[in-house]
Amino acid sequence: MRIGVITFPGSLDDRDAQRAVRLAGAEPVALWHGSHDLEGVDALILPGGFSYGDYLRCGAIASLSPIMTEVVDAANRGMPVLGICNGFQMLTEAHLLEGGLIRNDHGSFICRDQVLRVENTSTDWTSGFDAGQEITIPLKNGEGGFIADDGTLDRLEGEGRVVFRYVGVNPNGSLRDIAGISNARGNVVGLMPHPEHAVEPGFGPDTAAAMRSGVDGLGFFTSVVQRALVEA
Amino acid sequence: MPTIVVDVMPKAELLDPQGKAVAGALARTGHTGFTGVRIGKRFELIVDGPVDDALKASVQQIAEEILSNSVIEDVVGIHYEQSNAELAEEAARAASEHADEGYVAPAGETH
Repeated sequence: MRIGVITFPGSLDDRDAQRAVRLAGAEPVALWHGSHDLEGVDALILPGGFSYGDYLRCGAIASLSPIMTEVVDAANRGMPVLGICNGFQMLTEAHLLEGGLIRNDHGSFICRDQVLRVENTSTDWTSGFDAGQEITIPLKNGEGGFIADDGTLDRLEGEGRVVFRYVGVNPNGSLRDIAGISNARGNVVGLMPHPEHAVEPGFGPDTAAAMRSGVDGLGFFTSVVQRALVEA
Repeated sequence: MPTIVVDVMPKAELLDPQGKAVAGALARTGHTGFTGVRIGKRFELIVDGPVDDALKASVQQIAEEILSNSVIEDVVGIHYEQSNAELAEEAARAASEHADEGYVAPAGETH
């Protein structure tokens, strides 16, 4: 399986995402925002960072990049697309996901290992988790407060499209503790925390067993690879 | 050159952490009497040609679809006015037109 990771001007975590793809057993393909070519990949990741310096709004200018035309088409055809942090912001700006992300309610940038509950295990990116499973992955953002109007929030919850919720503490004022959502089809998933930073022992969050041994993020990438194998 | 000003504000019902931080600073520095501060954005679009209906329709679309995100913000105003640079040019021109009238420095002025 070939998974494209799109680099935008100001992307930071594209290389980490490529590494996560490799550790999950797939081939990472570096894609460039200024191109219109998805190079025949089977899935896409929009990585974290501060594309275009977060000018205008986080992810707003990136969502107007040339390659986003192809990303939107591919997503609407059912290709798995994962947006992490800035990538999640891009997906909302591109109207592939509902809601929006605003500055953290406490006004500060936050960086911590965050516990999440996986509430939907039928998406392309979460099928390897158990329903209700709690995972710990890094969270690092300044503008991660998820908001939408009450009608949209009710609909997202009613349709099971709240994929991840913050557990223990709500780190950024996200409404209804929402950390990540999916589209109706379940192929497009966006979340603020960073699964690609918890894929290899020695570099992940601390666990009860050992320092930096947490690899809970790997399940995102193995899920999409496993699903591709099943469908092949 | 005409300048088109688009004002965008965070939705009234949403918390505006930037505004809240400024409100806190006002209170700390003894500036009482302000019950809230909200921070928005002002865009200045400069055009060469005439501001006709087609352009105005285009501005309306840009304001709603690119300059703002309707999930989190509202376009609160679109104004058609002169730019600061243009106003400065005009002021300079007016000043130069009167330059030949001479300037009599008051007694004691040294520059």
